[in-house]
Amino acid sequence: MTTLHGPIDGAFDAATVNDLEPADLVLPDRVAGRMYTDPGIFEQEMSRIFERTWVWVAHESELPKAGSFKTTTVGRQPVIVARDRKGNINTMLNRCRHRGASVCEQRTGHANGFTCPYHAWSYGLDGKLRGLPYPDGYEGVMDKSGVALQRLRTESYGGMVFATFADEDELEPLEDFLGDVKLWIDRFMKQGGGYPIKVLGTHQFRFKGNWKIQLENTTDGYHFPIVHRSWMASVDAETAEMMSFMTDPAATTHDLGNGHSVMEMVPEHSDLDVDDGTEPLQERFADLVEALGAQGLDSGSVRRLVRAMHGTGFNLNLFPNVSMSISFLRVLRPISADETVIEHVALGPDGPPEIVDPVNRERLRIHEHFQGPFGFGTPDDAEGWDRVQRGAAAAPEMPIMVNRGLGREEPSPEGWPTSHVTDETGMRAAYGMWKRMMSDD
Amino acid sequence: MTEAATTLPAAGTLSITDPRVIRAIELVWREATLLDAKDYHAWEALYADDGIYVVPIDRDADSFDDRLNMVYDDARMRSMRVVRMTEGFAIAAVDAATTVRTVSRFVPTTVTDDEVSLKAAQILVAFKRGRHDFWAGDVDYVVRLGADAGADRLVRKVVRLIDAEGAVPAAGFLL
Repeated sequence: MTTLHGPIDGAFDAATVNDLEPADLVLPDRVAGRMYTDPGIFEQEMSRIFERTWVWVAHESELPKAGSFKTTTVGRQPVIVARDRKGNINTMLNRCRHRGASVCEQRTGHANGFTCPYHAWSYGLDGKLRGLPYPDGYEGVMDKSGVALQRLRTESYGGMVFATFADEDELEPLEDFLGDVKLWIDRFMKQGGGYPIKVLGTHQFRFKGNWKIQLENTTDGYHFPIVHRSWMASVDAETAEMMSFMTDPAATTHDLGNGHSVMEMVPEHSDLDVDDGTEPLQERFADLVEALGAQGLDSGSVRRLVRAMHGTGFNLNLFPNVSMSISFLRVLRPISADETVIEHVALGPDGPPEIVDPVNRERLRIHEHFQGPFGFGTPDDAEGWDRVQRGAAAAPEMPIMVNRGLGREEPSPEGWPTSHVTDETGMRAAYGMWKRMMSDD
Repeated sequence: MTEAATTLPAAGTLSITDPRVIRAIELVWREATLLDAKDYHAWEALYADDGIYVVPIDRDADSFDDRLNMVYDDARMRSMRVVRMTEGFAIAAVDAATTVRTVSRFVPTTVTDDEVSLKAAQILVAFKRGRHDFWAGDVDYVVRLGADAGADRLVRKVVRLIDAEGAVPAAGFLL
């Protein structure tokens, strides 16, 4: 058991807190409020974290065939993620090698390649320069065969695509970085109910606050019945009961290493393949059960799909930018010290339309109910985060407390530091990784 | 936008001076006023039981069942939304931005004794904690005309934000 620390003030000093190195702002049970507000720290986070580790960029279903692409960012740097004709997924800086113009401004789409609008340098789906107009001007000056959009290392696990600026000497392969997270990704994908998972749509919204406020939020079970009381009041009793984990001792959060953590809110849904058949399907899905049965689907297959309607029972938080949260992905994109864009990526099974369409219609409505800029959950989260950013402007030396549950944190049988789901184990895991990456040594 | 232009009736065929269109516009302005006043109970009563209120992500979408939307409310969801906005538990609604909106650029697209369809523009300014956020969008309305103006009801309102496919602020009010 970890020793409890001191009172909630006194760790940092107003006269010196602004002189401390970033890594010294993280203590085992608290972090300095300056970490949310200091633009200099934000700049270092971009270069030391977002440009040095694996950053989630896509789900493979967003790139279903050769030529499929999406644009996004790694840290603040604009990138294109595209599938080429060999089936490889490439992540490339969205920046022409000639004079720097972006070569693609569509969010998603399908293309044979990318042509810069300025001087028409054209690049293939793998980033290689294919052609440029009036090439005689480059004779004896530049060998076109060596020119390409800058590529980032790109690797996938379980359909989750990550990219990094770091080379092999600087950063381990994705699967090593994920470690025990892989087991949880495998479990998360079981919500397809026997089918693969696909992206159904994406909500985007921005809030005036630091990205780490959102990073903390998906491992913050403590806020749920407070901030989301309005949502809880609007859902059926069965769903409200499902999310009433505050006093359930079986609901726990594990530190999975490398800043990753998993918060098991509904442990009986952590592994959706484990089903003793005693849990009744929710009454609200009775029509769906009937419709799937009418399509000739056997009752076991129907049960698998319908029991997974709300997704898995956990939030899997991957440092630094994606949470696999119950039934969707929550992706954060840092804009500045006090601004962040959040994407809520809705997911559902990918299969024959007569089966998955009615399932996904229900899943879309569930997603809209909570998520997005007008959902019954997201605006209340955003209000809480806005208030944190505003409050953190006071007293940069005053700590943000992440000490909840330190006194009851113990290793699980797997060896993961574990505490109750309302505890701040996941935040401590993330800040431990932050400290490591922001250290000079 | 070209697709909007192609769906307009021929010039001179429908007029905003038509008394049926005036009734529809008066209902739209009443709705806008109630939303700025955050009088959500009165707002809800302006909708027909089979009415839908939609803020899509895909600006070109005309059917909403099989895609993700920001808002896709039938009577049941609308009713729960009104509870959420008024009961005092939703911290975003309790501390919501103050809003002022203008709805104009009305063009009637179908007019019968039973129903009026309008295309319009809405510009909304939301103010909260020293910040002004701008929300601009095209809005399609379908108003079902009742026995008198007091019985006119919205059966369809679709707000197509100009930045619907981008990142907008999270909102404690309705468009």
